[in-house]
Amino acid sequence: MRLALLAVPLVFFALFFAYPVAAIIGRGLRDGGAWQLGPAAEVLSDPGIRKVLWFTLWQAAASTALTLALALPGAYVFARLDFPGKRLLHAAVTVPFVLPTVVAGAAFLALLGRGGLLEDLWGIRLDTTVWAILLAHVFFNYAVVVRTVGGLWAQLDPRQEEAARVLGANPAAAWRRVTLPALAPAVASAALMVFLFTFTSFGVVQILGGPRYATLEVEIYRQTAQLLDLPTAAVLTLLQFAAVGALLLLHARTVRRAETSLRLVDAGSAAHRPRGAAQWSLLAGVLLSIALLLLLPLAVLVERSLSGPDGYGFAYYRALTNTDSGTFVVAPWEAIGHSLAYGAVATLIALTVGGLAAAALTRRAGRFTRGFDALLMLPLGTSAVTVGFGFLIALDEPPLDLRSSWILVPLAQALVGVPFVVRVLLPVLRAVDDRLREAAAVLGASPLRVWREVDLPLVRRAALVAAGFAFAVSLGEFGATVFIARADTPTLPVAVARLLGRAGELNYGQAMALSTILMLVCAATLLVLERLRPGRTGEL
Amino acid sequence: MTRSSARRLAAALALSAAAVTLTACGSGGDSDGSGSSGGDQVTLVTHDSFNVSPEVLEKFTEQTGYRVQVLRAGDAGVMVNQAVLSKNNPQGDVLFGIDNTLLSRALDEGVFTPYEAAGLDTVPETYQLDAGEHRVTPVDSGDICVNYDRAYFAEHDLAPPQDLDDLIDPAYRDLLVVQNAATSSPGLGFLLGTVAAYGDDGWQEYWQALRDNGVEVVDGWEQAYNERFSGAGGGAGDRPLVVSYASSPPAEVIYGEGELPEEGPTGVSSGTCFRQIEFAGLLAGAGNPEGGQALLDFLIGLDFQEDLPLQMFVNPVRPDAELPQEFVTYGETIETPLTMEPQRIAEHREDWVSTWTSLVIR
Repeated sequence: MRLALLAVPLVFFALFFAYPVAAIIGRGLRDGGAWQLGPAAEVLSDPGIRKVLWFTLWQAAASTALTLALALPGAYVFARLDFPGKRLLHAAVTVPFVLPTVVAGAAFLALLGRGGLLEDLWGIRLDTTVWAILLAHVFFNYAVVVRTVGGLWAQLDPRQEEAARVLGANPAAAWRRVTLPALAPAVASAALMVFLFTFTSFGVVQILGGPRYATLEVEIYRQTAQLLDLPTAAVLTLLQFAAVGALLLLHARTVRRAETSLRLVDAGSAAHRPRGAAQWSLLAGVLLSIALLLLLPLAVLVERSLSGPDGYGFAYYRALTNTDSGTFVVAPWEAIGHSLAYGAVATLIALTVGGLAAAALTRRAGRFTRGFDALLMLPLGTSAVTVGFGFLIALDEPPLDLRSSWILVPLAQALVGVPFVVRVLLPVLRAVDDRLREAAAVLGASPLRVWREVDLPLVRRAALVAAGFAFAVSLGEFGATVFIARADTPTLPVAVARLLGRAGELNYGQAMALSTILMLVCAATLLVLERLRPGRTGEL
Repeated sequence: MTRSSARRLAAALALSAAAVTLTACGSGGDSDGSGSSGGDQVTLVTHDSFNVSPEVLEKFTEQTGYRVQVLRAGDAGVMVNQAVLSKNNPQGDVLFGIDNTLLSRALDEGVFTPYEAAGLDTVPETYQLDAGEHRVTPVDSGDICVNYDRAYFAEHDLAPPQDLDDLIDPAYRDLLVVQNAATSSPGLGFLLGTVAAYGDDGWQEYWQALRDNGVEVVDGWEQAYNERFSGAGGGAGDRPLVVSYASSPPAEVIYGEGELPEEGPTGVSSGTCFRQIEFAGLLAGAGNPEGGQALLDFLIGLDFQEDLPLQMFVNPVRPDAELPQEFVTYGETIETPLTMEPQRIAEHREDWVSTWTSLVIR
């Protein structure tokens, strides 16, 4: 049963991840049929590379710590407190996560850079400093913590903590003994994701750090795409694999130890209006940090998209429907349609593959499946250029000749989407009390029926959240998309990058307008998903 | 509720199964598209900056019967490296957009099949860097030059710099922003220009002086131009000098707002220019070599050549191609650009870039 469920994800990953990546690494490290280990020693003893490694590590650690510190209070507020505009804000904080870095970078520079808001107000400039990188990482990853931790938090039964209070525990102790252990897997999971994203950070480091700072990912890109030094790139890719793999295994162990069957309630039923000074000030603090760190950069984009030389207006938006501006064979707004179509296909693939994998991994796991759990996350820790070039040299012959097929884009996007689906679904699936399933089976339900009657109602919301994530990630995906040859159908981020790559106010204004549209499409998608979530039917 | 969700999921599963089936079907042919036979289709692999008017492509189809499919493969460097990796089993038939800074890598790897395009005799020899073998055909040229913000220099009553020497003059301290030569093609072009001007011995000293004079380095053209340069229409930078192209001023005007002004808001320091020439070639192992040859002929035909300036902001290689009026009015013709042999670039590029990196960035 488990193997049957695993078959689809296994084949998917073997074909569209393992095989292409192995092909490109092999191209770098194999010479006349034999593996060459010489480059490895050479690369690892290079002081420049060591500096890159050290920077990669410590900035990821610092970014993760800062993100958790700022976003955990946010997760609490979204999970437990009710306030006007909550759903809108919840969708809004996820938007940065899916913005192409080139767009967010422009917004951040306008805030932190020379002549930016910070300098105007206090004379502080943060661009080309590590602070800009760290803050931008918070900007991008805030939603990861709020959604993974907050999603579970919202479903935790508050009566358990209340019971502990009744039994004499003070609030801190009750929280520490009851809520914290229940949340620990989600916190660990979120921290791991943030660490992964910042460990493999590419665009943020390039744009805000200036040329001085490089992460391992930036170095792999440079060695592959610019220098075509495949041996060095292969060694670095393997190194990144080793680091990411070690982290994932460590994570799998911690999560397993901390996992218990949780009592889940319907999301939202535990939320209430803020009570008391502590909750009100927490809410105020969270809203303020969101306003400054997340909404302000987004507002800068909107402001720029509307401000022409003759004052505010929609001139740049109108120009998007124009084919004769010359930047595209098609009008820029058509990119919206391409992005939505690619995103939809990528989401379906990611939901199928990730859903089957999560279902398989829910069964009490042996060592094999635990390893697979970790393996599913590997694409997140793999350089887009490695995957892109791998596709190119591996998927070029029948029966899998995809060199110029449109499906490459959604496939690459799904590769990044699957880990989200798995990570969102798995904690919820695992938290389902196995006795429920057993009871249903004893009463004569088929496995499929058990899944439909027991698991599905519980995971519906998680599945929607997962789909939202996968779709939004696909909308914003730039790294892999841009490396994969495709027909003349630019996605939104690709169109934005192309507009930014040309001189002239109109091009720049259109880029900002298109970024704003991308932002709104993402926000709308996420908002719809929030609405779609099941009502408070009290299934438990 | 439960049942409708199950149905939604079932629909999702069915749809993605359909997607996978589609993949399998589409994999039979060499190129995708509407699923018609590959015989009347020719695939052009190019970089992200490629543009052409749709009616010009239609003209090609009318003349030859071939439909052009355009595959954009990232920036020029990534595109060339992809072509090297997929050698003999290429993604398309013709590759367009390889320039003289990258040419030798592709030629050494044997990416192209020789073909002498019809009409090549009208192209001046200075552009024909592979004249003996015709593995590539020159299509256009552009110059990487320092651009200046006219308003700034007028306001400060300062003459704009004319050549590379001026840039190290203290009068222009803290005014110039350039791109990282390791990650940006104008950045690399500007570095090559300084090597061409000052030689193997002198260029490092020159960059030391530039650094002492407060040059700022950013990673890409987009940041340099949109964020740091004060002359860019949409941007709000404070550096009035930026490394860009000789054709940026006309682009600035054409993509500016309102009526066409008498003079562009930005100008070009004509003594700082490094010439880039872009080539096209028939890919070795192309599925449709005849169509590829027809496309190469077309690329140096007058229809395409005259469409180039306002589509990609480059100069046609054919002297008899008529330039659009805006291009002439606001652009600058660089009579004596800095140049360098592709072979010399290939031999030293990595050394120069790494020396430059430790000299200027670290």
